[in-house]
Amino acid sequence: MIEKTAQNSNHDRSNLYDTALKKRYGIDNIFAVATWSAISISVIVLAVLLIDVCIDGIPKLNWNFLTSFPSRNPEEAGLLSALVGTIWMMITVAAVSFPLGVGAGIYLEEFASDNWFNRLVEININNLAGVPSIIYGLLGLQVFVRLFEPMTGGRSILSGSLTIALLILPVIIVSTREALRSIPDSLRLAGYALGATKWQIIWEHIFPLAIPGILTGTILALSRGIGETAPLITIGALTFISFLPENLQSAFTVLPIQIFNWVSRPQPEFHDLAAAGIIVLMVVLMVMNAGAIILRNKFQKKF
Amino acid sequence: MVTHKTTEQASLTDTEKPVLRAKRVDVYYGNNLAVREVSLDIFQHKVIAFIGPSGCGKSTILRCFNRMNDLVPSAKVKGEITFKGKDIYAPKVDPVELRSQIGMVFQKPNPFPKSIYENIAFGARINGYKGDMDQLIEESLKKAALWDEVKDKLKQSGLALSGGQQQRLCIARAIAVAPEVILMDEPCSALDPISTLKIEELIQELKLQYTIIIVTHNMQQASRVSDYTAFYNAEATDDGDKIGYLVEYDDTETIFQSPQQQATQEYVSGRFG
Ligand SMILES: Nc1ncnc2c1ncn2[C@@H]1O[C@H](COP(=O)(O)OP(=O)(O)OP(=O)(O)O)[C@@H](O)[C@H]1O
Ligand SMILES: [Mg+2]
Repeated sequence: MIEKTAQNSNHDRSNLYDTALKKRYGIDNIFAVATWSAISISVIVLAVLLIDVCIDGIPKLNWNFLTSFPSRNPEEAGLLSALVGTIWMMITVAAVSFPLGVGAGIYLEEFASDNWFNRLVEININNLAGVPSIIYGLLGLQVFVRLFEPMTGGRSILSGSLTIALLILPVIIVSTREALRSIPDSLRLAGYALGATKWQIIWEHIFPLAIPGILTGTILALSRGIGETAPLITIGALTFISFLPENLQSAFTVLPIQIFNWVSRPQPEFHDLAAAGIIVLMVVLMVMNAGAIILRNKFQKKF
Repeated sequence: MVTHKTTEQASLTDTEKPVLRAKRVDVYYGNNLAVREVSLDIFQHKVIAFIGPSGCGKSTILRCFNRMNDLVPSAKVKGEITFKGKDIYAPKVDPVELRSQIGMVFQKPNPFPKSIYENIAFGARINGYKGDMDQLIEESLKKAALWDEVKDKLKQSGLALSGGQQQRLCIARAIAVAPEVILMDEPCSALDPISTLKIEELIQELKLQYTIIIVTHNMQQASRVSDYTAFYNAEATDDGDKIGYLVEYDDTETIFQSPQQQATQEYVSGRFG
């Protein structure tokens, strides 16, 4: 009796299902090849770029290059002011955009009620992430350089940093929200059931778990921010600076602007300097990303 | 114990005041009425089981008692629920304070991804516990019958425990806040029979100090652990929605041996539907 049903169901199965394993594995392989090609193309392009830059730039990389101010003479020119400007700006941008972005993200994700106003804010923030950076430059020029000149000092590190901070704010907000959203609700419920307030739950349980994601998003946004040229040129960052900034209201330049300046000169010696500058900028970015990974691992290790 | 019934509510004894009392409670999600006219009294140091088919509103009613429904934006509660004589939905009642007096254990164990120690210390700390923390943690774990298994690894993650141990950790965590009532929503549904038995024994211990309401789909469990049983059912409306209601509430023996309602009889004997 039992055997018979078993036979029957076997018989039914081959009639009803066509497992077509060969075809499915075939599709598997096609996808493997397609994705592999995608990664190879991007890696090859990147490698060609890197090799090209390194061939031109590495011979120019030396201690003098890092510790000299720009000069009309390519033999003496260096990027000290640009490197220091980039570091100043990076710190200021992080100090402004991290608390603002994370705060806004927490509010929108955890506190905001679902009404038309908050939805409008949300849509706008998502759209802001896609606005071309030059528009932020125009905004920065009008608001920070002109309107708030007494405070920012005009074409200063502060104006530049605020502009870049605005530019990357939407990215930080969105990644904060994503990170918070990925924490299971059961933890929130557990907290509430013990008589915790919203803030106690967020601070003690949600935030520590979300921090790795928030940091990853923030550092990616910062890396994008320090590579930006257009908005800084718009607000009028200088291209030739032979002094170090003294405070946030000092005039400044940054690595991408210095590189841009060297590239646009006719003499080929300056083009090699630009290549060396690109290597320095990439090292700065890599250090930042490494920092992000270390921070993230440190927070993730807890449990 | 005197047992009598009125038409509106099943009042099981008049020898003492109920800890929790629901009077004609309706719960809406959005515009949908999910549960209607639930009235019942819950007495101190008793175990009350909520039974009934899926979707009849057991969890919904349970969440009303500690205002966890406030966290569902669409949920609306009508009627009156009193805790020790005070309306818990009155404007001046703080749900945060209420929840520290009426604790909750969830269906799926949900320890915080922190150490066993921290899991228990958190609730005590936020509620301003002033005593010796180490001692409280030991006591809570002992009451939750978990101490012997974890006493050497309090610094380890709560997530490294087995499901049954995690659930007992969640019970310990709830106890550490010194609530008067503990609400348990199917606390054993994710556990193996041995862990389930442990939690059932634990409930028997705990009722000496706490009042416990437990939702369960397990008839044996309801009859084993509870003093009173509330049977809920749901009826379909014309437009296809289901509305839950309390069919019968009585001491557990009556519900399982000689219920008044036929639906109860059919449900507890497994001939339902
Ligand atoms: N958050 C919610 N939003 C909208 N409707 C809900 C929500 N929670 C529950 N409901 C509805 O309320 C009704 C009762 O649900 P409830 O979870 O209380 O049932 P239950 O008796 O606990 O069922 P189960 O035994 O399956 O846990 C169901 O019809 C359900 O769809
Ligand atoms: Mg339920």
